[in-house]
Amino acid sequence: MNIRINKLRNQSLQAINKLSTERAELLTEFYKSDEAQNCSIPVKRALAFKYILENKKICINEGELIVGERGPEPKATPTYPEVSLHSLDDLEILDQREKVSFKVDAVVKSLYESSIIPFWKGNSNRDKIMFQMAPEWIEAYKAGIFTEFQEQRAPGHTVLGDKIYKKGISDILVDITEARKGIALNEKERQEELKAMEIAAQSIVNYAHRNASELEKLAIKEKDEDRKKELLEMACVCRQVPENSPKTFHEALQYYWFVHIGVIIEVNPWDSFNPGRLDQHLLPFYKNDIEKGILTKERAKELLMSFWIKFNNQPAPPKMGVTAKESNTYTDFALINLGGLKHDGTDAVNELSFLILDVIEEMRLLQPSSMVQISKKNPDEFIKRTLHITKTGFGQPSYFNTDAIVEELVNQGKDIVDARNGGASGCVEAGAFGTEAYWLTGYFNIPKVLEITLHNGFDPKTGKKLGVETGELDTFDTFDKLMSAFKVQMKNFLDIKVEGNRRIETIIMKELPVPFLSLFIDDCIGWAKDYNSGGARYNTSYIQGVGLGSITDSLTSIKYQVYDRKNISLEELVLATDCNFKGYEELRYNLIYETPRFGNDDEYADENAVKVFDILYEAVNGLETPRGGTFRVNLLPTTCHVYFGQVMQASVDGRKDGEPLSEGISPVQGADKNGPTAVVNSMLKIDHTKTGGTLLNQKFAPQFFSTEDGIIKLMHLIRTYFNQLGHHIQFNVVDADTLREAQKHPEKYQDLIVRVAGYSDYFNDLTVELQEEIIHRTAHCGM
Amino acid sequence: MEGKIFDIKRFALNDGPGIRTTVFFKGCPLKCSWCHNPESISTKIEEFEQVRELGGQRFSSIQTIGKIISSDSLLSELSKDEQFFQQSEGGITFSGGEPMLQVEFLSDIITKCKNKNYNVVIDTAGFCKQADFDHILDQVDLFLYDIKIIDEKKHMDYTGVSNSVVLRNLEFILDKGANVIIRVPIIPDINNEDQDLKLLEEYLIDKKDRIREIHFLPFHNAAESKYKRFNKDYDLNGIKSQNPQELIDIKERFESKGFNVMIGGL
Repeated sequence: MNIRINKLRNQSLQAINKLSTERAELLTEFYKSDEAQNCSIPVKRALAFKYILENKKICINEGELIVGERGPEPKATPTYPEVSLHSLDDLEILDQREKVSFKVDAVVKSLYESSIIPFWKGNSNRDKIMFQMAPEWIEAYKAGIFTEFQEQRAPGHTVLGDKIYKKGISDILVDITEARKGIALNEKERQEELKAMEIAAQSIVNYAHRNASELEKLAIKEKDEDRKKELLEMACVCRQVPENSPKTFHEALQYYWFVHIGVIIEVNPWDSFNPGRLDQHLLPFYKNDIEKGILTKERAKELLMSFWIKFNNQPAPPKMGVTAKESNTYTDFALINLGGLKHDGTDAVNELSFLILDVIEEMRLLQPSSMVQISKKNPDEFIKRTLHITKTGFGQPSYFNTDAIVEELVNQGKDIVDARNGGASGCVEAGAFGTEAYWLTGYFNIPKVLEITLHNGFDPKTGKKLGVETGELDTFDTFDKLMSAFKVQMKNFLDIKVEGNRRIETIIMKELPVPFLSLFIDDCIGWAKDYNSGGARYNTSYIQGVGLGSITDSLTSIKYQVYDRKNISLEELVLATDCNFKGYEELRYNLIYETPRFGNDDEYADENAVKVFDILYEAVNGLETPRGGTFRVNLLPTTCHVYFGQVMQASVDGRKDGEPLSEGISPVQGADKNGPTAVVNSMLKIDHTKTGGTLLNQKFAPQFFSTEDGIIKLMHLIRTYFNQLGHHIQFNVVDADTLREAQKHPEKYQDLIVRVAGYSDYFNDLTVELQEEIIHRTAHCGM
Repeated sequence: MEGKIFDIKRFALNDGPGIRTTVFFKGCPLKCSWCHNPESISTKIEEFEQVRELGGQRFSSIQTIGKIISSDSLLSELSKDEQFFQQSEGGITFSGGEPMLQVEFLSDIITKCKNKNYNVVIDTAGFCKQADFDHILDQVDLFLYDIKIIDEKKHMDYTGVSNSVVLRNLEFILDKGANVIIRVPIIPDINNEDQDLKLLEEYLIDKKDRIREIHFLPFHNAAESKYKRFNKDYDLNGIKSQNPQELIDIKERFESKGFNVMIGGL
């Protein structure tokens, strides 16, 4: 990278994560103003958005080529009190906590005390949600049976399609006018939504013009003639887009970035936002500019790098409590997709796919995340090039199976072209880009449900009765009877979760419209319906199952030790977990070393994974959501497997009290002894195409990547998994010694990025438990 | 038919082309002092005490090394990774121990593998009857053929057997047109002297066009702990793994004579 990019990169890396009250102040000022009274909620939200964009500080970083910061400066992170209000105690915790902290200065605290808290207390979306949840939901939530994504964040998790590369805001305004023609005047709600969209649309154009003016001002002061010229060009770009459709590579990038900033200022969507198929969208601009002689490959790279840094400048908004535990990271899950298929089903890999891989390799930044989509139709060279990046030990990009994603989306009833235009976002979640609102609603702790089943509906951690009474242990004279009880218990808690989601969704539909985001997701304008109210072409709500490896090993332990081998009674096995294996050390040894375990291509264990998956799938898939969407399942954990382990006592697979659960669909940490082909075969026993995404994490020693021959064999490992419709695989390339060394000397390993679970993070920013867990994940040292 | 094996290793990346499963046969006529599979040498099924630590406590269990397996159940174990073989043009490697020591069983399982179109590699030290090779020659896709020391006496001293059989067999299978990669473990102070390499070069030079490649395998003392675990004496205690440059020099030496050379196996 050149000096300019190196400087910007360092600035981004060194910027301190801190809390900014800019947005909260402006929002509160607006909500108190006369203008905010007596208008519909969508219009009020749009006007607030307008007010913030009109008054926020314009930040242009020295030397940058793409402009627009969410806060007043890089990593100055706003709060969203209308969604979730931080208390003074929360601010203290954010400031002081060891991991993923945000500096909170005295001015921020006093502003919160004097104006933000008094205005929003009791009125945030979080307060409204908690007020409406049923007692059984509250109890289950507190016990860690599930989490709730919308507790502190708005629904997000959507990805942009190709709309902005074809239409400027002025074209979108024409679409709104067109849409209005089809709506009767008395259809107040839809009229108001369109009005809100118009306000939001104009706001982003005004914001771009404010950036242009600032650039022009800077140009006047600038002494360096080259930079002066550049500033003026950038100003021109900001006057051109987003108002008009982009004409150049630079304009396309800048347009996207304004939209991105708009989406994450409007509200705090989880996951944030994502340009999706960047190599596809940018290719026509790239080719055209190169042909015209107005762009070189080097300049394109520089622009992309400047664009990359903008993502890294926007950490995920500060999370608290359970939300912080389930997603303990600064990353905000923008996942760039490369490769895959074109809309007509042909190979989409192009020269830009490779150029962007170069950018990813050189930038080595936490954000944005990146992935490659791999279809049978994509060339080997594309995978090999990506493996050479994986080899460097930077947990990106991850590998996704386009053919599985397309099948998953088509199984859900989506149009084949919309499916091919899709990909994965966030961690691993499949979606139709530009046309789908897919909300993640929270993680579901499957092993905890077995714990409750084994205690007849009671939570042994608290002694509270949470579930239904499905029978004392002595009533389970066969394994099947125990499985039936577990199924009843699963259904019970999934029903509670689904009912909670429905109430929350109803609140969000009414209280938290996002007219700005709705401009870009089809068919919100046509329907005159908000993204958060079912305006998208496809609407999906996911429940994310966690702990497949742990639950499978637990059930297998019971089946093997109690029912088949009769080595121990069920009562005694459960008793051993009640006392955290104290006095049962040998039993624990047998559970860990002498019992079949998931991930070894052993049907005895693997069949239980299939049974669990079917229970989860049948209880959730196809249920309706209030906005007209459908509930579905996927299997991923972010960092929630650590939290879910903390709320559980010891489990019958030999896991001790409080230790993490297995993550994604991966085997329990260290349980896979037969190497990666056996792991892959075990994973293929569940039908990935019934999910919206699964996550498989494999740690490899660096030696695997040391020769071209090794790279090719890893490529075949990926291909074989994908030929059989596995959804995703990611590699951590580090040896345990390096990680130990990094724990001892964090100062020497500040750049060490590891794959956590669907995303990468700085090793130093992980909690000690998570660091330990990554070290323990089996390193396949086969060399 | 039944045979005696002691391990099956999946996703073996250094034993031939593509993704492979390697079957380790039990029993070997050679007793190389540097052997990194000491548990492979005896043809008997052995027991040893395995001690593991868990939660600060030590647990011991009796583990057996070696099992009798039928070719049918071995095949069904091997076919688990069939998809990987097809994708990567990989297959099965028979290693050991010395697979040629159980040539009838070997021939049986190879036939079954070939019926399924798996690529078959034999990793052998070549110490067997010439006729044994006749049994399998036309079904084997590749031989990984070990040559340790050319000097007859030295070979005796360090492996316990004469190398004349080994060399004669190599010539035999080369004459029959077998696809052969020569594997030479480079052991410090044993076969890495200039004289050893000179003899090796002289021996191989007229076979250059019939040998696909030579692989020089670096010595590493990872086996030390294995000897300890299996309660076996290790003659090479304390020998250090060699300087990587040494292997590079050897590689260049043989390349300059027109051989295709690799370090560290496939």
